[in-house]
Amino acid sequence: MSQTSGPILSLLILLPLLGAILLALVEGARESLIKRLALAISGLDFLLSVIVYARFDPAVAGMQFVERAPWISSIGSSYLLGVDGISLPLLLLTTFLSPVAILASFSGIGGRVKGFMICMLLLQSGMIGVFLALDLVLFYVFWEGMLIPMYFLIGIWGGPRRVYATLKFVLYTMAGSVLMLLAMIALAFLHRGATGRLTFDLLELIGGPIPYQAQLWLFAAFALAFAIKVPMFPFHTWLPDAHVEAPTAGSVLLAGVLLKMGTYGFLRFALPLFPRAAAAFSPLISVLAVVGILYGALVSMAQDDLKRLVAYSSVSHMGFVMLGIFAMNLQAVEGSILQMVNHGLSTGALFLLVGMIYERRHTRMIEEFGGLSRVLPRFALCFLVVTMSSIGLPGLNGFVGEFLILAGTFRVHKGFAVLAAIGIILAAVYMLWMWQRVMWGEIRRPENLGLGDLGRREMAILVPIILLILWIGLSPNHLLRKMDASVSQLLGQIAGAPRAELALPLRGSGLQVPRSRLARIAYPIFKSEPSANNRGPFNSELGTRNLF
Amino acid sequence: MDLILPQIDWLPLAPILPVAIGGLAVLVGDLFFPAGRKNLNAILSLASLALSIFVSIRLWGVVRFSINDALVLDRFGLFFFLVIALVSLLTVLLSMGYLDENTPDQGEYYSLVLFSTLGMMLMASGGDLVVIFLGLETLSLALYTLSGFRRAELRSNESALKYLLLGAFASGFFLYGIALIYGATGTTVLRRVAAFLADGKSHGPLLVIGGGLLLVGFGFKVASVPFHMWTPDVYEGAPTSVTAFMIAGTKAAAFAAFLRVFLFALPTLHIQWSAVIWVLAVLTMTLGNLVALVQNNVKRMLAYSSIAHAGYVLVAVVAGGSSGATSVLFYLVAYALMNLGAFAAIIALQGHGQELLFLGDYAGLGFRRPALAACMALFMFSLAGIPPTAGFMGKLYIFSAALEAHYPGLAVIGVLNSVVSVYFYLRLIVIMYMSEPAAERPPVPRSAPAVLAVGMSALGTLQIGLFPARLLDLARQSIAALGK
Repeated sequence: MSQTSGPILSLLILLPLLGAILLALVEGARESLIKRLALAISGLDFLLSVIVYARFDPAVAGMQFVERAPWISSIGSSYLLGVDGISLPLLLLTTFLSPVAILASFSGIGGRVKGFMICMLLLQSGMIGVFLALDLVLFYVFWEGMLIPMYFLIGIWGGPRRVYATLKFVLYTMAGSVLMLLAMIALAFLHRGATGRLTFDLLELIGGPIPYQAQLWLFAAFALAFAIKVPMFPFHTWLPDAHVEAPTAGSVLLAGVLLKMGTYGFLRFALPLFPRAAAAFSPLISVLAVVGILYGALVSMAQDDLKRLVAYSSVSHMGFVMLGIFAMNLQAVEGSILQMVNHGLSTGALFLLVGMIYERRHTRMIEEFGGLSRVLPRFALCFLVVTMSSIGLPGLNGFVGEFLILAGTFRVHKGFAVLAAIGIILAAVYMLWMWQRVMWGEIRRPENLGLGDLGRREMAILVPIILLILWIGLSPNHLLRKMDASVSQLLGQIAGAPRAELALPLRGSGLQVPRSRLARIAYPIFKSEPSANNRGPFNSELGTRNLF
Repeated sequence: MDLILPQIDWLPLAPILPVAIGGLAVLVGDLFFPAGRKNLNAILSLASLALSIFVSIRLWGVVRFSINDALVLDRFGLFFFLVIALVSLLTVLLSMGYLDENTPDQGEYYSLVLFSTLGMMLMASGGDLVVIFLGLETLSLALYTLSGFRRAELRSNESALKYLLLGAFASGFFLYGIALIYGATGTTVLRRVAAFLADGKSHGPLLVIGGGLLLVGFGFKVASVPFHMWTPDVYEGAPTSVTAFMIAGTKAAAFAAFLRVFLFALPTLHIQWSAVIWVLAVLTMTLGNLVALVQNNVKRMLAYSSIAHAGYVLVAVVAGGSSGATSVLFYLVAYALMNLGAFAAIIALQGHGQELLFLGDYAGLGFRRPALAACMALFMFSLAGIPPTAGFMGKLYIFSAALEAHYPGLAVIGVLNSVVSVYFYLRLIVIMYMSEPAAERPPVPRSAPAVLAVGMSALGTLQIGLFPARLLDLARQSIAALGK
């Protein structure tokens, strides 16, 4: 664990919080000032996180930039922040999408701008806190506290059924997470029983001797909370409602960041804390993930509302992430983390695009459109790139993530990988079909003739996302390399003694994912019968022990 | 017959005396304050409460027994002195917003508030069951009158009468319990009861039944199911400021005495009765929350919510031990702040004009009175137990105490209950922020004291929610001192 001097992580959390207070002091009528201030604060936060990214040492497996201060010492809870290769990509995703969402909200909110921007900044603060907190109580405070701004964002600035949607969102999330809170407390007491120290420090709790029976219960409680957030089939029903009713910025952050908290929770808490229970639950969760992939894709096909379609496609995509996590090997888990970022970018962009078209036409019904590519060439181009990214076209980001997940899953369970691959085909079907119906063909509605193409602000929102989509697609190693050490360590924690299939090096099919020194041994990924001489000793510098 | 006067140590009385003298002073002073300057009553009350708080803080750490152990000065008592005086202080502030300058009988009102505070303090520091009973009666008599303070209104009369009848009934149970305990142990002094039981003497049915009757008496005062029937009607009918006082103050005082009696004097009985309290806790939480779901009257909703919160505190009582007791103390502070804050916000929002009784009256307030509405939302989030608020931390401690004492079932029922409660607390926020007002309401004059009460409560709620360590330490010290 490396200690650094500056409290940069606290600053990341505090900056939007202070910004929200600052905004509260500005007179509500000065809307353009408020918008600019919010954007500036959020953008500054992004720059801070870029500094974290640049100074992040990929060779260190443990937490970096750790900050610790006493908080509620009598119950063993402290203010503990840190970032590692698992949370770093998500931190950046959050700080990147937040200003984008704020910029996207410069129009189309319809009043009460001040309140909106305050909620956005509070939400940003809470989301960052979730990804940085390493103390269970602190994590829970951010996890739940973040519901408040989201509740207002959907409830005040949402669509016609916003109240229903926002209550459903809050109640679902609460119902899952209160049991997790109890599980956290129970875990701390169990740990005290074994070690004599009451603590909520995640790093101290990992590897604690929790009896198997207790692990099952505690894992179930954690998994429920995270599964609702992901959302996994069958806990997904809040998602379409919340997405459809939320304002564009709310949808972007909901899909882009909030859903990731569920999958992140599995990686950060549920798996390393209860490894044996995780292994026991992994068939069930993998099956649910596959069901989610196929179900989400099939339901997406049947949607006539663009936003609903994108929402259901999230269920499908998040199924991939879950499948990868529970394959529990290096490629799959790294693919999952990458896919979280990818999904955040592509789905975020899809919601932005849908929002832009909604602002022009005040409808999201697919049948209302058709032939838009003629009147909106710039829009069409952006939409095409994002759609392809969502489908997983090679060269764009979606492909890398899905490929790694499938490759990793294939090693553990071929059947799941095959079924999940069908999900990719279905994704191509519903996305391309949607694109075709919206963008191609004759313009059937006269209203669509007079639509204006994307303006400068809208391009400023979309271009950075598209650049990132291309960048990750063409050179994913920047991000992947930052994850290597932490993910290997995580897998070590899960496996105790690592099994062979947990961390096989990957090479092949033109997609080179060098594991720095790990990838020394050539290993074809689709070889069906890996013979023993293909397996070599691991380099122990990365935290895994020699396997054979 | 020789009457042996006990040696009186005045020190344990020091925090109580300012309140008693203040009450009398207000009663007399009211005669001399000119009409239109009746808020001097309130200011005098505030001064006496502030003095009491000051004395309590100075005495922190002192342990004394006075009047043959009938009155105890310890950290536990002082903790509750501070809580009760703070509750009373906030009540006076929000009453200043509720009663306007021309309300008659302000002297009576504020002196009754102070006398009732005195009763609460006696309950919290009583070392003798009889003193606790005296405190209970002092507090109740003052509150009976206060709940009927709006003489002209039928609901207020109903409230007072109902409270009087059922309260008297509860007092009967309580007194009978004391008598039985006296019969079993030969004393009503808690210290001696504890010593008697510590000798390992078997306690017969007399003591067990006596404890049960005390439980009934306390059950009435904390509004636990099935002794809660009076609560909604009384809380609804009483003047809003009095409702706030009853919700926060009575509960704190009653739980103070409850803990002192059951955890300190009758620990063995606590074990015997804890199965019963387990059931009561579950019923109280569940009924309170379920019925609150369908309330349209804000006062009634908060009344049922207060029943539910009594249930949460009972969870901590069942858990027992030092963690359980500590979490009771912690929770009562959080509970008092968020409830008083909510009532202060109601009063500040309605001014002296038409009362904001129904949920619908709050439509659109979120943007017309942004600061007050934001505070109101904060209190609702806190009542629902969503971080980062005092209510969340309170629940965290209660449920961790329950888990520590191996009551996982109770903890699960408790947290599920708090999910249910989220719905009705958020409903008020939904109405404030997410629906349009039916008709424009005339702007109401702003009441600085009520707004001050809102601000203080909001700061406290956030402060405890973000930095709970200090209050938790105080509560811990108070519990550690109990019985020494």
